[in-house]
This record gives sequence, C-alpha cells and structure tokens, in this order.
Amino acid sequence: MDFTVILQAGIASGTVLLFATIGELFSERAGVLNLGVEGMMLIGAMSAFSTTIATGNPWLGVLVAMLFAGLISQIHAFIVITLQADQVVSGLSLTFLGAGISLVLGEGLSKAGTVALLPDFSIPLLTLIPIIGKIFFTNQSVLVYVGYLLVPLSWYYINRTRPGLHLRAVGEYPSAADALGINVFRMRYFYVFVGGMLAGLAGATISLAVSPGWFSELTTGGQGWIAIGLVIFAQWDPFRAAVGAYAFGALRRLILDIQGPLVLLGFANPFYYNPYLGFFLQMLPYLFTVVVLVIGSREAMRKRIGAPAALGNPYVRGERGK
Amino acid sequence: MKKIIQSEWVSRLIDASLPVFAALAALLLGAVMLFLLKVNPIEAYKALWDGAFGSTNAFAETLVKATPLLLVGLGICISFRGDVINIGGEGQMIIGAILATWVGLNFTGLPGWLVITLSMFAGFLGGAIWGGIPGVLKAYFRVNEILSTVMMNAIAVQMMNFLLRGPMIDPSQAELASKIPQTARLLEIFRLPRLAPTRLHLGALIAVILAVLVYILLWRTTLGYRIRAVGQNPNASRYAGIKVQRYVVLALLLSGAFSGMAGATQVFGVNYRMITDGSSSGFTGSAGFNGIVAALFGQLHPILTIPASILFGALLVGANKMQRVVQVPSALIIALNGLVVVFVVSSEFWRRRRQRRRLAAAKQNDESPPQSDPEQYQQVESGA
Repeated sequence: MDFTVILQAGIASGTVLLFATIGELFSERAGVLNLGVEGMMLIGAMSAFSTTIATGNPWLGVLVAMLFAGLISQIHAFIVITLQADQVVSGLSLTFLGAGISLVLGEGLSKAGTVALLPDFSIPLLTLIPIIGKIFFTNQSVLVYVGYLLVPLSWYYINRTRPGLHLRAVGEYPSAADALGINVFRMRYFYVFVGGMLAGLAGATISLAVSPGWFSELTTGGQGWIAIGLVIFAQWDPFRAAVGAYAFGALRRLILDIQGPLVLLGFANPFYYNPYLGFFLQMLPYLFTVVVLVIGSREAMRKRIGAPAALGNPYVRGERGK
Repeated sequence: MKKIIQSEWVSRLIDASLPVFAALAALLLGAVMLFLLKVNPIEAYKALWDGAFGSTNAFAETLVKATPLLLVGLGICISFRGDVINIGGEGQMIIGAILATWVGLNFTGLPGWLVITLSMFAGFLGGAIWGGIPGVLKAYFRVNEILSTVMMNAIAVQMMNFLLRGPMIDPSQAELASKIPQTARLLEIFRLPRLAPTRLHLGALIAVILAVLVYILLWRTTLGYRIRAVGQNPNASRYAGIKVQRYVVLALLLSGAFSGMAGATQVFGVNYRMITDGSSSGFTGSAGFNGIVAALFGQLHPILTIPASILFGALLVGANKMQRVVQVPSALIIALNGLVVVFVVSSEFWRRRRQRRRLAAAKQNDESPPQSDPEQYQQVESGA
C-alpha cells in the first residue's frame, strides 16, 4: 500500500470539506450560523451532476451548483436577517429543505451513467518535488488547485483588506459597524450567499470530481456537518480550516483503502480478514470530529478566542448591541 | 377597556393559530412544486389525504407513524426548553432499540408484561446514555451539542450495522448465505398489544400518557423549572444557585431517553425485530429528525406536540399513497417538512412584532392595568 497515493486521494476528498468549511467560515464571520451546509451541498451535488448530464459541460454544472446552492442559502438569510428568527432552527429546516429538493429533482439521476468530469492535470516542475509533488500536484482535479488558491486568498481577504475588516466588524460588533455606515444587513446577506455558493461548489466537487455520480443523500454522507465542526476546530481561520479539511480527507481515504490489501505492513491485514472491523473504521471520522471539537473548544477557551461575538444573534437596529 | 380585552383574546387566538397558517402556506408552496413537476396538486393532495385518513387502517397507520414522532418530540420539548439542541434523535432511537431488543431476546423465560416493561426501560436507558454523552461534552468540555449529537448518530448507525451483522444476527440468517442483517423475531408474548384490529399498538397510548407527564415535569416540578430557567438565562440561574452544568446534562439525557423509548416501541410495537439497510432512516424512518419538526410545530409544548405529531405522521403515510397515485418522489415530503419549519420559524416574526405593538399600545393607555402584557406574563408561567 502506497501512502502517497492515499494522501493524494485524501487531498482530493479533503477539498470537498475545504470548500464547505471556508464557506461556513465566511458566513459565521459575518455573524450568521448556517446549519444547512449538508442541504446546500446536496443541492450542489445534484444540480452539478444533472446539469452536466443535460449539457455535457461540467463547468456549467459547477456554475449552476454554486448559484442554486447560493439561492437556497438566501432563504436562510431572509429568515434570520430580515425576520430575525432563530438561526439554529432555520438552518435545520434548510437541511431538510435542501435534502428534500435534491432528492426530488435527483430522482433517477443515479442511473444516469457516466458524465463528462472536470479535468485532472499535473503542475509541471512542482510535480518533481519529492513526495509533496506527488501528493499535491500530480493528477489532481482542477478544483483541488482552486482549493489551494482559496485558502490564502480567503485569509488575505479577511485579515488584510478593507471589505474583510468590514466583514469581521459585522460579525463582532454589528451596531458599531452600522454606526460607521456599513450596511450590516446587506453584508450578512452577501456572506451567507458566499457560504451557500462554496457549499454548492463542495457538492459539485463530490459529484463531478471526487466520487462522481449521484447517490441520493449518501452523496454527502454527513460531510456538511463535519464541515461545521471543522469551522470550530479552525477557530474561524482559513489556514487551520485547510489543515483540518485535508486531514479529514486523508482519514476518509485511508478508511476506504485500508480494507483492500491482503497484507498490511508485512502482516496479514486484519481489516481485510475481519470485515466487522470495517464498521468501527467507518465510525472514525465522526469520533474524530468529536475529539477535534473537544480540542478546538478547549484551546479556544485557553487562548480566550472564540466565535465571532455576534454569531447567532440577529441584528436589530436601535436595540442595544450585543 | 373592554375593547382592549377583546382584541387581546383575538390576537392570542391569532398567535396560537400561526403554525396552522404556516403549514397551509407550506402546503401551498408544495402545490406549486407539484405543479412544476407536472402533477395536478389537487389530485396529489387528495391522494395524500386518503392515504392518511381515508380508512380506519389508514388512520391507524397515521397514528403508528405519529407515535415515534411524538416520543422524540417530547424529548425535544425538554431539551429545546433547556436551550440544548438535540439533533441526535436518530442515534438515540437506534441505541435504545438495540438495548431493548437485547432484553427482549435474552430474557425469554420471564413473563411478557415484565419483559415489555424492562425493555421499555432499556430503551429509555440506551437513549439516555447516547444523549448523556453529548450532554457531558457540552457541559464540561464546551463541545457544541448540535455537532456532537449529529456525530453520535453516525456512530450509532455503524454500531447497529456491526451488531446486526455480527453478535446480534438472527441465528437462522447466520447460517444462510444471504446473511440479512437482522435480529431474531421477538416472542409473540413480548410484543406490545394491539389497540384495535389494526396495526395501532399500545405504544401510541404510552406516548400520549408520557406527553402529559412531560407537561407536568416541565411546569409542575422543580426539575422542569430549573431546566427551563437554565434555558432562558444560564447566568441568572447560576446566581440563583442552580448547578447549570448538571441541568444541561439532564436536559440532553432526558431528551435522548425519550428518543430511546421511541426506538424501543418501534421494535416491540411495529417490526418485532431490528433490521438494517445500512442507513439510520432504514430503521427509524427519520423519526429522529421529523420529531424535531413536530415539536417545533407544537411550539415545544408537550400537549400541542400530540396533534403536531399526528399531522406529520399523516404527511408521511399520505406521501406513500401520493407517490403511488400521482408518481411523485416521496422525498417531496422531506422538502415539505422543511418548508413547514421555514414558515413556522418565519411566523415568529409576526408574533413578536404584534407583541411589540401591543406593548406600545398598552404603554400609551394609562388605564390599562400592569398585567395588560399577557404575553410576558404567560412566558414566565407556561413558557409558551
């Protein structure tokens, strides 16, 4: 078993989590918790796949996925920003809604067969770097490279640009931001939309690149929830989000691949000969998420950094700001 | 003066019926979706109605489907009132069912009533454990319970898949090549008695009795009062000497326990065995999620959750018929459930706005007595 191959595939599958996590990170930085990531990812995966079947153009699929998921996210935005309703309940309903819509529209898609997928390619020269070149820059989907770019760009945008400063202000102290003339409502709508689009992109990454096809709600298999967990682990920082996402991607691949070979590190592979162990392997990502949450929460407590201060609270003009 | 009182009654009536309007709005939007799927919405909704209420058997089936929703919903009432969000109903149902089934399959020498009672307690216990773990993680490690309960669902599913293929597999299946992942059937005397010549079973009655008990627990006991106090203001509760962390754990633990009982009644009242298709909804029918929807629709009030569960049970049963008659995917009901919640949450906005206006009106009216703010008063009293 070649571990670089597993890590290479792990990076690809981690890219799914990366997009969803960064998307949620933007939304939460603006003070809006969106628990509907799983639903929006399903919408994205379904619409990307079905658009590609209809048009034969996977790029169009990605575009439609991002727009459709972004559109769905605006339902949440309207309910929690304009109607000032509970963000948790609204986010949950978005999960149901997204799952329901994608299952209805995706009926029959699972038998659709193969479609044109997004291209894979290697980056010249960088592939020559030992190990790293193989893992990160050889035969990866174009979306994986998009992911590499997204991480530093998001960090720079949030921490070093003027709109990023506004974004943080809106999430930390909306009434102060409002007093400075920043349109809190419009900003929140916008970043919820960004979160929706990235969740849609995450869905498209699954159905058009990482594990092509539409397998109803199993397509995402709870990755939307893991992404929300990773935001906490990441402490709302894109680079930490990337570390978490790729580590989880690698773990997912490892679990799939470790059950294959007859011999593991010179011993008879217990995961091959005892199929029951597979169930426990399948638990690992979820157990890990819990562990990661414990670590993330403790560290946040110790360093006294936490969620954006206004996360979860509706902004009501004229009321005492929280 | 009299006019004000009258209008208060009217507005309270409007407040109470807001979820109904929300549901109607959702159904209307559902009709648009049906129309877009090139299906006659009237025909589809007629099939839905017939499927849910068209005959004695249909209605019994609706109640059978409503039972786990109500049980899960009762747990949700407790936890959400304590400001603890429990999304782990699916996993808690599974673990509760596993423990209950284990009791049912291993104590074959005992009398039926005893085994049924024991297994219901086993279900309660299983759910309590599975809900208590995220409770402890939240109270003492500050782990977000929404995420940990979702993760516990996934872990429970794999636990079920393992047990039903491994140690708990039906001995006769273990010998066959097919190896269907299911347990042996429960003895006939261990099954929950039927209430009528339909599939309606005692579990439905148990659930309704428990609804009353949960109402008493939440509004007539110290425990319930403290859970609600912690939910409304943890800091004030701490200053009042309530051990906040303990009540956070208790809220999740109790919430899980009711879901666990839902799982146990599914096994002992409906399937008489556990069987898995590899997913959680294969066993639970997504009751762990839909119970949340039902409780929210019932305004997190245990008694109102009874009709709410029946409504959603009807939607689920009716959806099957609708799927057969007009050929639409039954997943439409998942979307419809989502829409109902969307509208229920949104309708809160109008309730709050009207409340604000009433307060403003009361302030202007010097003659109005101090308690002319019934909403505020009610909020403390019944938490509604």
